[in-house]
Amino acid sequence: MARVVVDVMLKPEILDPQGQAVANALPRLGVSDVTSVRIGRRIEIEFAGEADLERAREIADKLLANPVIEDFAVRLDAAAAEVA
Amino acid sequence: MRIGVVTFPGSLDDGDAARAARIAGAEAVRLWHGDPDLHGVDAVVLPGGFSYGDYLRCGAIARFAPAMESVIDAARGGMPVLGICNGFQILCEAHLLPGALTRNQHLHFRNRDQYLRVESTETAWTNGFTPGQELLIPVKNGEGCYVADERTLDALVAEGRVVARYIRGNPNGSQRDIAAITNEAGNVVGIMPHPEHAVEALTGPSLDGLGFFTSVLRALAGAAAGGQHAGGQ
Repeated sequence: MARVVVDVMLKPEILDPQGQAVANALPRLGVSDVTSVRIGRRIEIEFAGEADLERAREIADKLLANPVIEDFAVRLDAAAAEVA
Repeated sequence: MRIGVVTFPGSLDDGDAARAARIAGAEAVRLWHGDPDLHGVDAVVLPGGFSYGDYLRCGAIARFAPAMESVIDAARGGMPVLGICNGFQILCEAHLLPGALTRNQHLHFRNRDQYLRVESTETAWTNGFTPGQELLIPVKNGEGCYVADERTLDALVAEGRVVARYIRGNPNGSQRDIAAITNEAGNVVGIMPHPEHAVEALTGPSLDGLGFFTSVLRALAGAAAGGQHAGGQ
């Protein structure tokens, strides 16, 4: 399988109220040593043939992430590649 | 004058936007997201709602609709375009307006009547107001927190492109209390609250929203008259 994983995260300077809400809930679990939680999105793209990282980058830049507020990273899914 | 209103899958306020256009005296033309033909309209409204289920990010998928390709071209050519709520999000995703709209800072959906102050009357959609005029129109959003980098925010303020600000309480954490912005040319405006819900005493908190629609008619009439004048010379 030719799978590419795209990780999308809010830029560090953009407030993440969802992450904050989760961080604020942690003390209720008895967790007191976490200082910050930020929430992003993992997207898996399957290519019909060879995994095309350049193409994946283009897809991420144009659609999967909004570069105004988000950063993204693109990588081959090594586990999927081994199975193949 | 013909004002087009685009309906996307998941649009909610297209009917009210068309009605507001009619009450203002325009002919409302319903446009379909899958149809790239704008049917000769003079201006376009992108209505509120949850286009494509707000999947991925609000407005991210609507931006690539066939109708939007035409709207983007027309907007770059000077056609007045107003994006309301989800429409504002679509305009940002389409890069017709800078910045982005993110989850309300307090994480709650906000639905209430909201006071705004008009900061710029230099746009196609606000020329009928007076600078500093206070408006009361409904706000209803979950992802209405306007964000942009400091340089962009400074530029918007310096260039008079902040069109309206929230007053008496910021409902979503928007930076610098921004409720509405415009592009450099002043023909494209994005606004988070809903002027189309404040056009009749029976259903709205005021008639303040009507001014956006009468403004664009005035802008279009002025452009037509200017065009004839220039043609006559």
